[in-house]
Amino acid sequence: MEAASDKKALLFWGLFLVVFALVPISRNDYYLAMANRILVWGMFAVAFNMLFGVTGMLSFGQALFFGLGGYGVGLMVKYLGQAWFLAGLGAGVAAAAVVAYLLGYLVIRVSGVFFTILTLAFGQLAWQITFRWYRVTGGDDGIQGLVPTGILGDHIVYYYFCLILVACSVWFLKRLSASPQGLILRCVRQNPARVRFLGRRVRRNQRRIYVISSVFAALAGGLMAGVDNSIHTNMLNWTTSGEVILMSVLGGIHQFFGPFIGAAVIKVIEDVVGARTEYWSLIIGLVMMTMVLLFPRGLVGEWVSFKARMRSGGARKEGV
Amino acid sequence: MDSSFLLVQFVSGLTMATLLFLVASGLTLIFGVGGVFNFAHGSFYMLGAYLAYTVVSLAHGNFWVAVLAAGLGAGVAGMIAEAAFLRRIYGRSEEGGFQILLTYSLILIIDDLVKLVWGTEYKSLSRPAGFTGSLVIGDVTLPSYNLAIVGVGLLVVVVAWWVLSRTRPGRIARATALDRETMGVLGVNVPLTMTLVFGIATALGGITGALAAPLRSVTPGAGIEVIIDSLIVVVLGGMGNFWGAWLAALLLGEVNAIAVATVPEWASLFSYLVMVVTLIFKPEGLFAPRQVRKV
Repeated sequence: MEAASDKKALLFWGLFLVVFALVPISRNDYYLAMANRILVWGMFAVAFNMLFGVTGMLSFGQALFFGLGGYGVGLMVKYLGQAWFLAGLGAGVAAAAVVAYLLGYLVIRVSGVFFTILTLAFGQLAWQITFRWYRVTGGDDGIQGLVPTGILGDHIVYYYFCLILVACSVWFLKRLSASPQGLILRCVRQNPARVRFLGRRVRRNQRRIYVISSVFAALAGGLMAGVDNSIHTNMLNWTTSGEVILMSVLGGIHQFFGPFIGAAVIKVIEDVVGARTEYWSLIIGLVMMTMVLLFPRGLVGEWVSFKARMRSGGARKEGV
Repeated sequence: MDSSFLLVQFVSGLTMATLLFLVASGLTLIFGVGGVFNFAHGSFYMLGAYLAYTVVSLAHGNFWVAVLAAGLGAGVAGMIAEAAFLRRIYGRSEEGGFQILLTYSLILIIDDLVKLVWGTEYKSLSRPAGFTGSLVIGDVTLPSYNLAIVGVGLLVVVVAWWVLSRTRPGRIARATALDRETMGVLGVNVPLTMTLVFGIATALGGITGALAAPLRSVTPGAGIEVIIDSLIVVVLGGMGNFWGAWLAALLLGEVNAIAVATVPEWASLFSYLVMVVTLIFKPEGLFAPRQVRKV
């Protein structure tokens, strides 16, 4: 059983890497940008879900860290020059770690709803500051022309750079999710009182995963700055937080790869439908409502349970 | 800074506080009685503003009729939302998260439906007849509509408090908040109670939206701005705490009025500033009920 699931996991990883590694062969910039967006948002969603699906903390403010990553790159390039792209990526991620650590003490409080409200409020605070501090951030104009220098300036090289970073990050998060620390996080969601009985600290574990998830959100934001070659205050708006939540719910919050699949589906639908209608938020609202009411396990979760049902149905026929 | 200037600012802050409190009281009512976190509460506020606009400008209706119509419309919309959607997820494990997600999807849907029906351009509503001028006391000029809002707000609060604490339906609602199952055994129609409470709360939101419409322009994005401010009020006041919400709204309203008068460019950040300072020194909220403090 162990070996079989190991083989399956290996196969999945191999397939995942091969499919995404082959995209540049199409020699089509449109597909390349699309695949790049799916990779980066997929990582963002998986990292977000470590907070939401695994630990049970519904943050409505991850846009803050996504934007911090983006503006780390943007401000460095704007004030110090193109060569600072990578340094900006690092600075954004480091800033996110510090901010998440400090903010963790403020937002992780009595009950789940408070966490959601406070993360939303801080996210909107960051958005307001970025929006109004025109002199420094460029306000609603955003910052354009963010092209990494050197070899990363090439679209295809940048794509592989993202692919490697995303693969490593997702692998790290997968390991974390399966580790004893991951078990504690699940326990925090399911039964915080018992975590205390076991001599573990609920708040400390919550803060830990909040920082980890936020760091990857910032990495995603920084990488997106390179994909779009620009950043905008919308990165920090609450709709960004909502989008990553939708991706997780759509894919399935109790499946590790669910959010990644959800991100891919949303990015494809956004591209196909978003271009044709201005009522995009009506559509994602309806999708979200349908998932919550009818398919709370998400696409991947429903698929897994469907397979399990088929298997048990087959077993019954054999008289087991 | 002379005293008349201060008084004008105070009244402007009081107006904002009243509006904030009216929205937040709906939010805290549903949370306190139904245990439902209605993230879409701001959307019902916005719906109320648009309904009032339609009644006044298209049907040439009286402003106060429009306010009532807005309350009625938002209330009915809220009851439909509760009975058709929210009711389906009560009792599900991790219900809190699903409530937020479901009401979030309502925000997106209502926002776009409003755009479909009313378009994206700004709408404005003029002040009702009899309240377009100002009240002059000595050298102080106070806009009379602001005073009317404060008056209506007080009236709504007193009526709501009286219904909740002194009448039979109010007692049933409060008892349902404490123990749904027992109330069901006692013969109370709990699902109906929940729907009605939800409707009253969203009606409060709709009325506020209509009252605020002459002061702020009516836009499709109005819901989210309002919900964040009223969430801050609810966090500061303690979730489910009526009078705590009132004091928190007063604090935010006055701080905002001072900010608008002194640093208008950055005024919108001051609500957050109050929130951050409160969180640092009193993380359980300014007026949290005692049992929350112990946890």
